[in-house]
Amino acid sequence: MSLQFVVDGLLAGSMIGLGAIGVTLTYSILRFSNFAHGDFMAWGTYATLAVVGAIGAMFGKIAPIAPLSFGWPLIVALILGVALTGLLALLLDFVLFARLRAKGQAIIVVMASFGASMALRSLLEFVFTSRPTYFSRAIQIAMPVGFGIRITPDQIALLLLTSVLVLGVHLLMTRTQTGRSMQALSQNAALARIVGIDVASVVRFTWIIGGALACIAGVMIGILIQIRPFMGFDMLLPMFAAAILGGIGSVPGAVLGGLIIGLAEAGAVQLIGAEWRAAVSFIILMAVLFVRPIGLFGVRER
Amino acid sequence: MSEAVVEVRDLEAGYEPGVPIVRGASITVGKGEIVVVLGPNGAGKSSLIKAIAGLVPITGGTVLLDGKDITAAPAHTMVRLGLAFVPQTENIFPLMSVEDNLKVACGIIERREIPARIEEMYAAFPDLVRQRRTTAGNLSGGQRQMLAVARALIVHPKVLVLDEPSAGLSPKFVAMVFEMLAGIRKSGVTILLVEQNAKAALAIGDRAYVLVEGKDRHEGIASELWNDPVVAELYLGQRSRRTGGAA
Repeated sequence: MSLQFVVDGLLAGSMIGLGAIGVTLTYSILRFSNFAHGDFMAWGTYATLAVVGAIGAMFGKIAPIAPLSFGWPLIVALILGVALTGLLALLLDFVLFARLRAKGQAIIVVMASFGASMALRSLLEFVFTSRPTYFSRAIQIAMPVGFGIRITPDQIALLLLTSVLVLGVHLLMTRTQTGRSMQALSQNAALARIVGIDVASVVRFTWIIGGALACIAGVMIGILIQIRPFMGFDMLLPMFAAAILGGIGSVPGAVLGGLIIGLAEAGAVQLIGAEWRAAVSFIILMAVLFVRPIGLFGVRER
Repeated sequence: MSEAVVEVRDLEAGYEPGVPIVRGASITVGKGEIVVVLGPNGAGKSSLIKAIAGLVPITGGTVLLDGKDITAAPAHTMVRLGLAFVPQTENIFPLMSVEDNLKVACGIIERREIPARIEEMYAAFPDLVRQRRTTAGNLSGGQRQMLAVARALIVHPKVLVLDEPSAGLSPKFVAMVFEMLAGIRKSGVTILLVEQNAKAALAIGDRAYVLVEGKDRHEGIASELWNDPVVAELYLGQRSRRTGGAA
């Protein structure tokens, strides 16, 4: 067995983990499973692609940054894409989720998110067609790094980006007043109001963080694999598995859950074939839940 | 009684429209006082102070805080207005450390000042210092109540409002909680509390109201109310229960 699965697994795990952070925050703070989260990924990626296209049309062809496959237009576009995806999440909450949440039945909000997911995806197919597309068609040469592992410069850059983002979100959650407010809201919404937390603004912030990370995960998929309207929807189950595996509400848990699932899937592809990819991650999920139903980093309410 | 910090006039409040639980209650809390609201079960005591704190919809009447109308203010703005509320149960964030429980309540305090405020609370509640890194859910009942009160006091409120601070505590902790409240008043904080444990509450209170069916039916000096025949009457002959200590 080649150790290449470690790199492949870490990369897949990074994308799953970044997405799972949004899933776990929405679940713990707004108390519903947002099935449209994958489609935030796809929308963010297409938004970024559109901005890249616009920059290309305005400034002509711009050479990529040395060993990477992309240049500054993609970086600028990603920043705009992140903002747009945050806005999309806020808009969807404003027109749909917030109204249904006010009626107080979580299952209705969950079903609505299913509908929103389909609508968002269909809109993408309508505008961009369902044909796969790419940020760059250039082939990157993977460098051997020993132990039979090869890695491309893009992959290194994105693994670094993931580490920085995960650390940043973790510090935000544990060291800032906003992060503590988010924790407070997830533990006891009524008490959060009593201690002076403006629930509406914390909810807005949660959507922006979730949307932003979804966009970044989507763009990573776009850079390393391809861009399709279904790219986010296909990530939905691994993302939920990662969030549950890590323990709902835990940011480090979501990332660790993502890495475990990414590595397991990549290992399974090598050992028993690609068609078993999804099955393996769910066997792991079930096994963990049998032993520790609250997930790896979950905490039992007392 | 000196100038009023809290003035509640003809308050009507309830969770459902047309079903008021508080029906025209009027109470006043003077500066530096401890005012106790007593009453039989289901009298609407809890709903009354929750309505004052913005947690139960108000359908009539007014709530003034330091002369300012706060009747329609949302619950999360109460701390800024100067009213800090301690709920009866679930009054701490169980998965956060003791210190984070204090910090999370500091949203209205300037960032530079937060460490000093936290130290101030640790000085007032030395039991919490040793537990500052402990997950709050692991605290004992009495320590939880201390943390909840410290969390409310950290914003230097004009009035501290408590919903049955002795509920669910063992007799040892009940005495400790009331001792703590008496101490807080000595430091100049105005206190409004609802209590089932009438005897202990009247022992530390200045004045008290008896609430029956959502309306204030009797008012008096706390130390005199214990032997007041009207109060016994209003308690529907539950004299034996009152003398039983913790209800």
